[in-house]
Amino acid sequence: MSINDRVIAIIAEQAVLEPSDVTPDSTLEDLGIDSLGLVESIFAIEEEFDISVPFNANEPTASDFDITNVSAIIAGIEKLVAEKV
Amino acid sequence: MKRVVITGAGTINSLGHSVPDTLEAMREGRCGISDLEFRDVDRLSIKIGGQVRGFEAEGRFNRQQMSLYDRFTQFTLTAAKEAIDQSGIVFSGETAARSGVVLGTAGGGVSTWDDNYRSVYEDGKNRVHPFVVPKLMNNAAASHVSMEHNLKGPSFTVSTACASSNHAMAQAFQMVRSGAAPAMVTGGSESMLCFGGVKAWEGLRVMSKDACRPFSANRNGMVQGEGAGVFVFEEYEHAHARGADILCEVVGFAMSSDAADIVMPSKQGASRAMAGALRDAQLNASDVGYINAHGTGTAANDKTECAAVADVFGPHADELMISSTKSMHGHLIGGTGAVELLACIMALRDGVVAPTIGYEEPDPECALDVVPNEAREAKVDVALSNAFAFGGLNAVLALKRV
Repeated sequence: MSINDRVIAIIAEQAVLEPSDVTPDSTLEDLGIDSLGLVESIFAIEEEFDISVPFNANEPTASDFDITNVSAIIAGIEKLVAEKV
Repeated sequence: MKRVVITGAGTINSLGHSVPDTLEAMREGRCGISDLEFRDVDRLSIKIGGQVRGFEAEGRFNRQQMSLYDRFTQFTLTAAKEAIDQSGIVFSGETAARSGVVLGTAGGGVSTWDDNYRSVYEDGKNRVHPFVVPKLMNNAAASHVSMEHNLKGPSFTVSTACASSNHAMAQAFQMVRSGAAPAMVTGGSESMLCFGGVKAWEGLRVMSKDACRPFSANRNGMVQGEGAGVFVFEEYEHAHARGADILCEVVGFAMSSDAADIVMPSKQGASRAMAGALRDAQLNASDVGYINAHGTGTAANDKTECAAVADVFGPHADELMISSTKSMHGHLIGGTGAVELLACIMALRDGVVAPTIGYEEPDPECALDVVPNEAREAKVDVALSNAFAFGGLNAVLALKRV
């Protein structure tokens, strides 16, 4: 599975939706994922890719990690995975 | 002062997953203590306990709930649902705004600590699930009960080791008696039966390797249990007005501190708590028909407790019955007083006194009627429930037949 598909699978599981319901421009709010759900998703992503996501729940907008929508999250993770190698 | 009655009871413990199942086991003198089953149990020297069997959290709770509920919270929610369903009380409007939940636990989410310490120390992982803190905190169970049942009044958790539940129920009793709350959900829970939880207790060398035999001359220590007991304490007029079935009345309580030793019990501290509960309830010692003992099965507790009973009750000590149901369900630590309150309710309501099982040899230092091995039918008007904690913190409740 591609990074894209793996991230979508994690987000879909958190949102209790089918992966096909998670589109690139979906926001977390659209998907019904609250702040606790976001923190749990980031944990699952870190575990899946063995990366550290620079996200601070106190100041989500100030973090060096864009969570505007699903495509932004995927792009951020692809970058972190690339930097790891 | 308002009268306080119990209108609902719920439990899960090694004897049963409900109040009827638990009371049936107590009537039959069944033992819920058996070989422990969990990871690394072979590295323990104590391998028995009153473990809850056949409890599947999956299916009962959804995925999100599972990630937030430690086993002690799962037990609490299960028992709270049974109690509130039985009571028939609906928490809405003013009743919801003023009613709360006070629960006891000594360890809170012990297996959550255990699992995650194992993960970072033994498995070398560097991150843990984000919900570790909200899952392990001691007030998690009380908070989830408040959310699940819309309890918006005073809610908190009491932690006084083996007296946690009794202290919690004493607080709930006070709130209803004073008129601060029309009803309170109260009791306690514990789930320490995991590798770290039992290993810690092993260190004290007060644990039995084979059985919990309170008051028996050959007793050789305590046995841990797990589970929860939860009750609805309700103001009498409030309960009466809605036609609720009243299980019994809570008529008094007292707390005392030994101010002496961190683990050794004190006859004076225990006596003052029992005598105080009688005074608070405006009862004579001779009114008491049954005492649910703290009765841990350790050499020190049982003889001290019997001496305290002899002091407080004088000649009547030989007339009353005193039993320790820990012989059946094990010591639920912070949840123990709550499960043991069920034996008091059974004595008052059903006229059946739960036995002290595993009783093999009389001990001259415990020369009371400990209801050995078989339950007994008897009319009981007043019962006391004792809890004497490590740290010398004692709490005794007095209950009355309605």
